Parts: sequence; structure tokens; C-alpha cells
Amino acid sequence: MEFNRKDILDIASLSKEEISFILDTADKMREISERPIKKVPTLRGKTIVLFFYEPSTRTKLSFDIAAKRLSADCVSLSASSSSMVKGETLIDTARNLEAMKPDVIVIRHSASGAPHMLSRYLKTSIINAGDGTHAHPSQALLDMMTVREKKGDLNGLRIAIIGDISHSRVARSNIVGFTKMGADVVVSGPRTMIPKGIENLGASVSHSVDLAVQDADVVMMLRIQKERQSSFLFSTEREYAREYGLSEKRMKIMKPDVLIMHPGPINRGVEISPAIADGKHSVILDQVTNGVALRMALFYLLAGGIRNADD
Amino acid sequence: MLMIKGGMLIDPGNITGCYDIIIRNGKIAGIQKPGTYKESIKQDDVVIDAKGKIVTPGLIDMHVHLREPGHEYKETIASGCMAAAIGGFTAVCSMPNTNPVNDCAEITEYIIRKARQAGKARVYPVASISMGLKGKALSAFGELKHSGAVAVTDDGLPVSDSQLMRRAMEYAMGFDLPVISHAEDLQLSGNGVMNEGPSATRMGLSGIPNASEAVMVMRDIALCELTGARLHIAHVSTKESVDAIREAKKRGLPVTAETAPHYFSLTDEDIIEYNTNFKMNPPLRSVKDKEAVRQGLADGTIDVIATDHAPHSSLEKDVEFSLAANGIIGLETSLPLSLKLVKDKVITMETLIQKMTKNPARILGLEIGITEGLPADITVIDPEFSFTIDADRFYSKSRNTPFQGWQMTGKAMVTIVGGSIVFNESSDYTYA
Repeated sequence: MEFNRKDILDIASLSKEEISFILDTADKMREISERPIKKVPTLRGKTIVLFFYEPSTRTKLSFDIAAKRLSADCVSLSASSSSMVKGETLIDTARNLEAMKPDVIVIRHSASGAPHMLSRYLKTSIINAGDGTHAHPSQALLDMMTVREKKGDLNGLRIAIIGDISHSRVARSNIVGFTKMGADVVVSGPRTMIPKGIENLGASVSHSVDLAVQDADVVMMLRIQKERQSSFLFSTEREYAREYGLSEKRMKIMKPDVLIMHPGPINRGVEISPAIADGKHSVILDQVTNGVALRMALFYLLAGGIRNADD
Repeated sequence: MLMIKGGMLIDPGNITGCYDIIIRNGKIAGIQKPGTYKESIKQDDVVIDAKGKIVTPGLIDMHVHLREPGHEYKETIASGCMAAAIGGFTAVCSMPNTNPVNDCAEITEYIIRKARQAGKARVYPVASISMGLKGKALSAFGELKHSGAVAVTDDGLPVSDSQLMRRAMEYAMGFDLPVISHAEDLQLSGNGVMNEGPSATRMGLSGIPNASEAVMVMRDIALCELTGARLHIAHVSTKESVDAIREAKKRGLPVTAETAPHYFSLTDEDIIEYNTNFKMNPPLRSVKDKEAVRQGLADGTIDVIATDHAPHSSLEKDVEFSLAANGIIGLETSLPLSLKLVKDKVITMETLIQKMTKNPARILGLEIGITEGLPADITVIDPEFSFTIDADRFYSKSRNTPFQGWQMTGKAMVTIVGGSIVFNESSDYTYA
């Protein structure tokens, strides 16, 4: 198929066929990282800017490595080192970046919709690396890639997402993505963390974590942020771990072949017990490995072009 | 002499029918059956042919942010008054959240002086409840009233301190000033930037629940009952508020309310993704709330249509949605959007005109109407005039409207303030 998108802004704007095509492309990219010389010339001469307005370790590194494995020139810019601290607006900063003729701008921003705004102003391809509490499409795609790798097919699976759904762009993108691919998604967590109308994205809501996880093929735990205590979203970490966390006890009611996922970084002992995070059901590190391949696929599809089709 | 000839005069509670209106020396000099004017038309007389048009007392918008003093890059008193004239408004109330805040006689007098110089619309300043809008001490209601303020409000911010609100209401009674409430519980609004609901969840934007408005409407109704003061609820956006106000009125409390055209024209589902021209406070609500607001207009719970005209420049609006300033402009779109309520059979033309003329005048203590001897503030409306809303043609200095490109039917054709034509859309008048 032809992939003609200028940007990857969210999962909602991708079709089922496009998602499958991205995952297929990513599957092929995975092998490159297994080679002794982990580099292909595919994006030689292309420039990729990583524009991270919000702190990130894993995602930024993953995009950076992905770009380098494809031989693109990759530069990164963070808000604290950019002129945004001097009061420049996001649009002005982005226009200046564009004036230096990059091929792709990867942006992470704390404001939902910031990448969408940039895409309206810029001709350069934009990849959303996480915007506010809205979307994190590359994370959802690598999660789908990981589940597809382990389970063979996404259609008909039951995915449980547990935790702070309200503040999670990962949850939103995964709900939209997995349901689009034919899976059932159920969300659970404290009622303070389940946003109104999440059903409209395709998820069902269970107020019992046990009920949500017991038939699930995949259980995805979300990071609980301590600062949410000050906005009264939960009480103590101990209580959170007991009521909503993934414990060995809870594992006993789950399917024997369940996959445990987490977008990271994990809070050991809060939303997930260490034994489970490191246990045989956990695919948390596979997610990270696949993340590089998936992001290579996104760069290839946006910046590869016909010229490089045979590389 | 200025004559408005052959129009359908609608002055709710006073006179309705086909009349010629004679204006001399800025005042209404005669209201006559068509063709009964016997004197000869002189060289400098002006005759406006209003055949097929509706002639009403000048429209009043009791909720406008003119931005002067302090934010003249967004709007000035002159540009705002010109936008008012285009929209058919002969008078506007200016909100006090200027810089400096309108909390003293000097600022009130400054606003009135600037408006007189501009001459396009009357400006009735609304003063702040608290000094500097800080919610700590009462503004000087007496000297503000004497210098021309017609009401008090901390609009833009709620009065969070219930004791301050109680005392403000009691104190305002001494000067017969209505207290206008921006009803919002700031803690419940939290860091919300749009209505709490499925649309906010989908876009990953934090929500403002209906209860944020309703709990303060209910508090202020309770304080109205305690004090007996006149309470006016600004920009009603939720079903719960409409229900609470309806019930308060049923109990005979001196409560009035306004809503803005966007609350009866749009919902949160209409928000174009991350378009900041759909961001205002209170936010666009659900379909259920929009219907409740329309019902409230129909059954008289909501007395007034006011715009909450809030000009912002690209500096405040061409930014991330969560960082963008709240507010949209409304003076040049209010009447056409409101006329749609008549087309949709929500309210009659007479009721609409009442909500844009007599009702705000009653709340503010202004004497208006098409009555011999009163100042000739008149709006001529063509209910069939078709046009497309184009922000680039606005006379306001700002462009922040969500109604760009809307096809409208009905518009103000001629606006007359104190006997002077301040705006004339068509060449549909003749110099005799």
C-alpha cells in the first residue's frame, strides 16, 4: 500500500490498514537492531529534529537511536535550552526550526494539541511524541506491535488498562488503537481517574480491577504519579498498591498466558510488584526494544520517499 | 429632522405597529401613522426608508469587555463602540477588568469621557465589587455610582469569599446597584480549559464540570435571599444554573440572568480540534445544556442576551489551547445569531427585542424606548438580510470568533444614537 501521510499526530487519524502497514514495516526494521553493524543508509542526508518541550528519557532516546540506525542526522532541542525560555512562542520556535529545513520534527509537549497546531503551520512532517493528556501514537503503535508479536493477532483480544486513565495519553491512544484493530479494551482504576465519556473512545469501564483483569489477554499498568495526591485523586501509595496495583495475589486470577505491559517508567511496589515486573509474563523490555523498530518505521514512512525505496 | 419611514416598530411593553418616527434635536419628536407627516421635507432632513424592516429601541449589550484602559492592543473604547454600532447596539456595559481596574470614580469617568469622544455608542461602566478585583476589600460603590457606574461585578473572576459577596450585596442595595455574579467555583474548575465531558476526554483537555457554575449560582441565590439585594447572574451556560434561577424566580427573589449567543448556538461537540476561538469561560457545554439555555430564554428564566464580548489578539490566541486566553468577541455577531432563535421558533421577535433592550435597561435602571421626549436611540433591523460572517471585516480590533464563515439571515441596517446615524449598512436611505 501507499503511505501518504505528512504527519503522525494521533491514532484516531490513522486507518486500520495504515496501522497494520506501520506494524508490518516495524517488524522488518526490528532485524536491523540485531545486526553486528546496526546501521542502514536509508535516511542518509535527512535531518530529524527532536523537539522535546517536556522531560523524557526513554522516548527521546528511542527516537534518537531509531534515527541514527537509519543514518539520519538527528539533533535534539529541549525547552530549557531553547529560546522558549526567552519567551518565544511555540509557533515561532517551530518556524525557525523549519527554516533550517529538517525533514521530520518529533515533538513532545505538555499541551494537548500542540503537535496539531504545528502541523497546521508547518510543511515539515511532524511526529507527536506525546502531547499533554491527549495522544502518544508511537507508544500505542509499539504496544500493538509487541502484542501482535506475542499473540499473533490483535483481533478478538481483551486488553485491560489499569490506572490513571484521566491523565494518560498512552491509555487514550491504546484504547483507540486496539479497538480499531478489533480488540476489546476495558479500563479500571479509582473513580477519580476515570474520565467522563471514555466509553466514547471505545473502552468499557469496570470499577473492579479483578473483573477487568481476570479474562484479559493483556494487562497494561499505568504509572501512578505521586503529585496526583495533591489534587485528591488517590490517598496513599500503600492503599493504591493494595486496591489497584498488580500483585502476585491478583496474578492468580488472571489468564495463564497473560501479557503484562507498562509504558514506563515503573514505580516498583506501587502499581506493579517487582516480581511481576521482572516475571515471565512481563513484556515491558520487549516494548522498549520494539519501540526503536517502530520509530524507525515511522521515520522511514514519513521521510524515506521513493528515492530510498530500494535501500 | 430625521425620519424613519414605514418600518415595523416593535417596542415591547410600549408600542407595536407600522409607524413613522420623527427625530429632532436628538430626541424622539413624534410617532405617527405612515404618511401623516404633513410638514414639507427640508434640504437637510434625512429620511430612512425602513419598509420591510423592524425598528426597535437601540439594542443594549450589558456584558462587554472594551479593554481600555490597559489593553488597547485588543480593543479600544472607540473600536469597541464602532463594533457595537455595526452590531446594532446603541449602548454597552463595560466590564471592570481593565488595567487599572475600574474600582474608582476616576476610571469610570475616564471610560465615559472616552466613549463620548468616540460617539458611536453609549457606554455604561460596570465597576468592580472588590478593589483591584482582588477579593479583599469593597470598591467605593457610592462614588462609582455618582460618577456613572450602573452595576458592580468582579467579572472574569468569581467572588470566592462568601462573606465578601454577602456584604457587597448589602452595600450595593444602599446605592440601588445590581450585583452581577460571574458564578464559578475556582477549585472545581481546577486547571480545566473546556467543558468536562466526552469531547474533553477525547482531546485530552482537562474539564470544567457544570457544578463549577451551579454551586456558585446556588450560593449567590442563597445570599440574595439573605440580603434581598438585586442579583444578576452573568453568562449562564448550564442546565443546573437555569433550573436554579427558575426556581429562585418562582420564589419571588430579585434574581435576573443573562446568557450569550454562543451558549445557545454551540456545544462542546462543535469545537474544531484545538481551535482557541472556541475557548471561553464558562466553556461551551453539552447539547443538554444548550437546550436548557434555549428553554430558559423561552420561558423567561433568562432575561437578557449579552455577548461577553472579549477581544483577544493573536498573542493570546495563536498558542497552545491550554495556554490560550478565554473569551470570544460577540458584538458584530450577536443580533444575527439571536435572530436565529426567532427563526427556530424558540422565542418571538418581540421577546427577543425585549431581551436585548427593555430587560437589560430595567436591570440597569435605564430609561429607554420609542417614546416622545426620550433620546433617539434606535436600531433598524432587516430580518431577511443574508450575509456571511467574515472576521476580517470586523470593526473590532480582534478576530477571535468561532462563527467565521457562518451564513446568517438578519442584521442591523441602521444604528442611531441620540438622533445621529452612527452606522448605516445599505444605501437604502435618501436625502430628500
